[in-house]
Amino acid sequence: MATNTQIPVADRRAPVIEPGHSFSTIGEKISNIVLKRPISLGWVFGFFVVFSLMNVLLLALGYLFLKGTGIWGITIPIGWGFAIINFVWWIGIGHAGTLISAILCLLRQSWRNSINRFAEAMTLFAVACAGIFPLAHTGRPWLAYWMFPYPNTMGYWPQFRSPLIWDVFAVSTYFTISLVFWFVGLIPDLATLRDRAEHPLTRGIYGILAMGWRGSARHWHRYETAYLLLAGLATPLVLSVHTVVSFDFAVSIVPGWHTTIFPPYFVAGAIYSGFAMVLCLAIPIRAIYGLEDFITMRHLENSGKVMLATGLIVGYGYGIEAFMGWYSGNTFDAFLLWNRLHGPYSAWYLGLIASNIVIPQLLWMKKFRTSTFWLWMISLVVLAGMWLERFIIIVVSLHRDFLNSSWGMYYPTKWDFMTFFGTIGMFLTAMWLFVRILPMVSISELRTLLPEAHVHEAAEVEK
Amino acid sequence: MEEQKTKQGGPDVCPGKRDQLDLAAVKAELDQTTGPEYWRSLEELAGSDEFQEMLHREFPKGASEWLDSFSRRGFLKTMGASLALAGMTGCTKMPMAEIVPYVKQPENVIPGRPQYYATAFTLNGYASPILVESHLFRPTKIEGNPQHPASLGGTDVYAQASLLDLYDPDRAQNITYMGDVRSWNAFMEAVRGPMGVQKGIAGAGVRILTQTVSSPTLASQIRSYLDTNPQAKWHVYEPISRDNVNEGAKMAFGEVVETRYDLSKADVIVSLDADFLYAGFPGSTRYIRDFASRRNPDGNMNRLYVIESTPSSTGMKADHRWPMRASEIGAAAYALSDLVVLQTGATGIHEPPPEALKFLRDVSADLAKHAGSSVVIAGDHQPPAVHVLAHAMNRALGNVGRTVFYIDPVDANPANRNESLHQLVEDMRGGKVDLLLILGGNPGYDAPAELEFASALKSNAVNLKVCLSTHRNETAELCQWHVPEAHYLEAWGDARAYDGTASIVQPLIEPLYGGKSAHEIITILAGQPGLTGHDLVQQYWQKQHTGTDFDTFWRKSLHDGWIAGTTYAPKNVTTKVASAAPSPQASGIELNFRRDPSIYDGRFANNAWLQELPKPLTKLTWDNPVMIGPAMAERLKLTFKDVVELEFEGKKVKGPIWIQAGHPDNSVTVFLGYGRTRAGRAGTGAGHDVYPLRTSKNPWFASGVKLTPTGATYNLASTQGYQTMETPVGERPLVQERDLEEYKKEPNFAKEGEVPKELTLYPNVDYSKETYSWGMAIDLNSCVGCNNCIIACQSENNIAVVGQEQTLKGRHMHWIRVDAYYNGPRDNPKGFFQPVPCMQCENAPCELVCPVGATTHSSEGLNDMVYNRCIGTRYCSNNCPYKVRRFNFLLFQDWETPQYKLMRNPDVSIRSRGVMEKCTYCVQRINESRIDAERGDTTIKDGDLQTACQQSCPANAIVFGNLNDPNSQVNKWKAQARNYSLLGELNTRPRTTYLAEVRNPNPELKA
Amino acid sequence: MNDASTYGLMAEFDSAQELVAAAHKTHSAGYQKIDAYSPFPIEGLADAIGFHKNSVAFLVLIGGIIGGLSGYALQYWVSTIAYPVNIGGRPYHSWPSFIIVTFEMTILFAGLAAAFGMLALNGLPQPYHPVFNVAAFAKASDNKFFLVVFSTDPKYDGARTREFLKGLAPRAVSEVPS
Repeated sequence: MATNTQIPVADRRAPVIEPGHSFSTIGEKISNIVLKRPISLGWVFGFFVVFSLMNVLLLALGYLFLKGTGIWGITIPIGWGFAIINFVWWIGIGHAGTLISAILCLLRQSWRNSINRFAEAMTLFAVACAGIFPLAHTGRPWLAYWMFPYPNTMGYWPQFRSPLIWDVFAVSTYFTISLVFWFVGLIPDLATLRDRAEHPLTRGIYGILAMGWRGSARHWHRYETAYLLLAGLATPLVLSVHTVVSFDFAVSIVPGWHTTIFPPYFVAGAIYSGFAMVLCLAIPIRAIYGLEDFITMRHLENSGKVMLATGLIVGYGYGIEAFMGWYSGNTFDAFLLWNRLHGPYSAWYLGLIASNIVIPQLLWMKKFRTSTFWLWMISLVVLAGMWLERFIIIVVSLHRDFLNSSWGMYYPTKWDFMTFFGTIGMFLTAMWLFVRILPMVSISELRTLLPEAHVHEAAEVEK
Repeated sequence: MEEQKTKQGGPDVCPGKRDQLDLAAVKAELDQTTGPEYWRSLEELAGSDEFQEMLHREFPKGASEWLDSFSRRGFLKTMGASLALAGMTGCTKMPMAEIVPYVKQPENVIPGRPQYYATAFTLNGYASPILVESHLFRPTKIEGNPQHPASLGGTDVYAQASLLDLYDPDRAQNITYMGDVRSWNAFMEAVRGPMGVQKGIAGAGVRILTQTVSSPTLASQIRSYLDTNPQAKWHVYEPISRDNVNEGAKMAFGEVVETRYDLSKADVIVSLDADFLYAGFPGSTRYIRDFASRRNPDGNMNRLYVIESTPSSTGMKADHRWPMRASEIGAAAYALSDLVVLQTGATGIHEPPPEALKFLRDVSADLAKHAGSSVVIAGDHQPPAVHVLAHAMNRALGNVGRTVFYIDPVDANPANRNESLHQLVEDMRGGKVDLLLILGGNPGYDAPAELEFASALKSNAVNLKVCLSTHRNETAELCQWHVPEAHYLEAWGDARAYDGTASIVQPLIEPLYGGKSAHEIITILAGQPGLTGHDLVQQYWQKQHTGTDFDTFWRKSLHDGWIAGTTYAPKNVTTKVASAAPSPQASGIELNFRRDPSIYDGRFANNAWLQELPKPLTKLTWDNPVMIGPAMAERLKLTFKDVVELEFEGKKVKGPIWIQAGHPDNSVTVFLGYGRTRAGRAGTGAGHDVYPLRTSKNPWFASGVKLTPTGATYNLASTQGYQTMETPVGERPLVQERDLEEYKKEPNFAKEGEVPKELTLYPNVDYSKETYSWGMAIDLNSCVGCNNCIIACQSENNIAVVGQEQTLKGRHMHWIRVDAYYNGPRDNPKGFFQPVPCMQCENAPCELVCPVGATTHSSEGLNDMVYNRCIGTRYCSNNCPYKVRRFNFLLFQDWETPQYKLMRNPDVSIRSRGVMEKCTYCVQRINESRIDAERGDTTIKDGDLQTACQQSCPANAIVFGNLNDPNSQVNKWKAQARNYSLLGELNTRPRTTYLAEVRNPNPELKA
Repeated sequence: MNDASTYGLMAEFDSAQELVAAAHKTHSAGYQKIDAYSPFPIEGLADAIGFHKNSVAFLVLIGGIIGGLSGYALQYWVSTIAYPVNIGGRPYHSWPSFIIVTFEMTILFAGLAAAFGMLALNGLPQPYHPVFNVAAFAKASDNKFFLVVFSTDPKYDGARTREFLKGLAPRAVSEVPS
């Protein structure tokens, strides 16, 4: 059956949907996870763990707001530490979601239909985690709203030349659009859940969320236009967001930050880490909830390929940085290069090279691309590597800049780590809830992948 | 409570308030403590854990400080102390006795307009003439007295920082007997009895122990007492004594004389281990001024040779520095003096190494060439023989009368400090002492080890022990009676400057803690109680005053800050001995004792400004290292952080290693003054005490110290990460420097790399239309790294102290720092000092990246920082290539202690947690003089306006002014060829520029 | 003619093909006010019921233009009129710095226009709709396909229209009460 589907490239490759599925089986299988499947002990235990981790975040932030950013390891000259590292890391992770749902949608990569839903969810949660840091890292968080342009009695306005203001606009826009995009995608599935729900309360809730969607042809028509346009808007947006984030560094004059290569290689790095996170989540989820039929090896392998490609772009970025350090003849850049290789943080730099450039080369081999275990391990390595990359860029550039007299060292404190791991807890908590209350695979989009969904020749016959 | 009342009694401080606060304190204590039923002193009460807990619970505000153990302890104690002062803030009224304001009569005081009073700060007997800025009778800033020959506007770090001591909440706050609070009357009662007995036996049992006294009044008071009680004795002790100098003078001339130098006329200066360019060396303020005045490469530039052991800021400024172990310098001096004086070719018993000999020959040749316009200065810690040789050389070169002058000693009792203390201890142990008066000082802590003064004092051999000191320090603990000493800004007195000029020390504020002065204690001995310090000083000078109208003379003296005609005239001395054999060359590892550049002999240990003041070379704060040279470190496989144990004559001391470039090999330097046990919240426990190693036999250096690594490590809090301009990929031209000849050939050497104004994408902002556009220039050739600017800035701008833990993290708050760099061979490098305030860039990178516009540019070119707008992203600091921005990572400012509220400059806002701060070019001063000018319907004249750093600089190395005034001094400086901007290639266009350093080495020696 | 009690007639089909075919027939039979319902978007279905173009794209264009203009205008006004300050010697009107916010605002407004425009044009949220009164319609979000002829259609006539729909071989025809 899979062989005679109308989808291109079904042959010889793992199919997007395993054979034997109909409109209702798809709807059933996916909605049952939400509606029927009993809450397992494993889920509860896992939730307890990640939720406690989230409370570590609350604790760390509470203490932070009480005492001030001095509880972190930051100092002069290293004014930015874990907070901004984590911010960039999370934002980067978010990018994969938008990329899958928007860019692959535009490129008519129909295989993305089965992973875009939770990829988008991942985006939202990641951006939410990222959003915590710019606020928390300010010395006076209770005044951070001053970064928004609003009329005030002081007659004061934001300073629009600052990349941080660009960040405010880019990130908030990104979050809003991602949220809208995600919700629009959810509407038909919410209708499905509404119609399948037995308990009146459940039906009521999904009913309200579905906003009375009834699958009218006119609605579908506008819906598809809107969805396509949103995809078209989200594509430049996602590219712009990490570009803007890279401007935080590229616009400054700090050696190691002041680089024109940053925008493209930040975007590539973002997608790199994003797909790593997608795999980290997809591999266990499909196993636990028996979604191997919908999230097939094809998806995993494709994600692996994307990682390989973006990883190589990132590697190129490092190469250019190093080359420029030598070629520019600028003593400060030259020293930066030396300092990365031989300075006090050289071990971190080598770790970065190993985990971002060397190890992912395994993905050239199908054996690794098609082994869930190896894919999962490599994704973890890449996630760590991308975090290291931000550490190198931020800390190692700042700790030895122009005046030798003002060089310093950065030692993160326990509060730094608590805040970081806390956000991971928050991210996972959100995921934990998501898989149980919303369809983690897009039902309606998945249905369109079934052969019966395609009516051209049928229509011809009629004419 | 009765007792409390009497204690507080004393009409001068509002009694009502004090009583009520005691009730509060006692009530609080009774609520909380399970401890003793009655309490002894507020401090002790505050010290008790229960009380601390109570405070903790009651004032969670302070919680924000708790990350730093220093301020944790500090905060809790302060709350206790602040109870004691809760009522005080209203009590700082004009002293009863009339004192004369510097510029205005006190009656027309305008709130918000400070007044200036001339007075004097005394260290080791030598007075630094100062002006004290007073806001509504609260001293807020200490500056040099521009009209006084010994200051010319400059000061030293100790004088400036002494302001903090005045408000120190840890000062003793009441008279105590065995720790119990007593009243002044009770004290007088207690002393009167024994005094009567002593009268009968001509004071045979009375011993007075003072620090160096240059106060004519106090000296005459004591003398007159000794005259009436011939058996009584006056002992003097100072740990940082000038015994060597005095003994040397005795040997050479048969009498003790003060040697004064005129460096403005000296073309060649040879220093034999003399650190005459740093505070603590008598006259250093004036010497720095004169020295710097001769460092202009376009004028007649002087040349400085320094032969020294422990590297000093003087050595770093030298054109030729020759590192030697302290014990070898004697031999070098001998050889040099032979070359200069007798030319016999004899080199004494110890032949200096040949290359040293060549060096000395060239030096002597240079000296001979500049006979009459050269100076040889011997260091205080060199033995008398070296001083004799120096005197001989100066005489032979005909410098005496030209650049070297001999005057009567400033010290009223130039007895040998160690001998004096020896006798005292003997008498004490011998039971000859019935009544011991310790007036100031802290011999219980800093006396020579072998005397075991503390144990002698503890023993019951002495019946009645009275200690007068500002703090309940190590010595006070061992005496029955402790009387809080009045700070010099609280009491009348007088003192002599290094040139003998006498100054009246006039108080600016009523004693905050009811302290008493030494004068008043002596009145009790002399049986003339009730006489105030004011009476005594005035009476004394009335006696001295010849001619009529004492009143005018008195007012003038107070107003000017010194007494006309008291400067000692140069005296002729007859040389008894022209040469002396140098001290025997020592073998084994040499141990050097040095006064600490920041806290001196330990008396400033509780002064947080000085504790956090980066020491000129190491940039260390809050600690004293065990300093060794690089070669030695390599040999012993020692690195930074290693803790070593020093063993000397059976005594052991542990301390962390500091490897100092330029430190002689096979020699160790330790610094006095740390490891205090009863200093106060800032000083107690900081660093390690090396006095146990110090004996009166070798007070400055000795041989045969054993140095063993302990394996432990310790982090020293240095504010400068990296002290060379070298990087693995080449040197960075941060401090531009050339030799004189090279400079003459290529005067513009420093300008390379600067970006021409045209080379920019942006339209240039035009500042020329404004009346003012402010700029600064710093002459690196004049700067001697004396650190005055740092303390001046700290005091002027209410800059917070952050403590050791935060400094270790790199969070110190100084708005101006003095970077120290070394270049060249590690064993004898060139040293550089570079003061770095905010550069006030015209194209400021910090402004561009601030999201809320909290730092913007003023029309006069200032890089303004708007604290209230700052949300603390720290992006500006990241993007500042000069790293001059400072961030309040925590609540660093002390918002609680009432004393500090009195002390702060009301013109500068106190920054809170989470905001960025930085140098403002003292914008408050700019605006003050702008207002004055506008009221006078004119504009600010060049020189009317000085920034705090500029004002305090003894070297005149900093010039600030209006760039739109073509004739302003700053424009003249910036027009010089040496003028360059730091990191000019970044095109930040700093308003603060530097005049490159030029050295004047001896061509023979270069060849 | 029309009776007010019925909203229309609903035919239920098993597959997308049948629905599209039926929709074609019904539309070509002259029925104007008809609608089709499916669990997923079906190509050509909208055409089949004579719904060819929608105005979502236009709304998005307008949204984008408004967003971009307002974004730039805000920055220009703030930096040169409302609060002109010398920032690091840069001109008040530093247009290169203003491009990013302008861009983000364009995307934001366009995106919101797309989502809310779509919902508005679809008349959502709409808590009540007559078609839900038909029990079988619950399958409209699962695996069944429906065609409805509204009673407001001029050609609508209870009996005859029911006959016509029966002729399309649906699984069932049911009346939609209003």
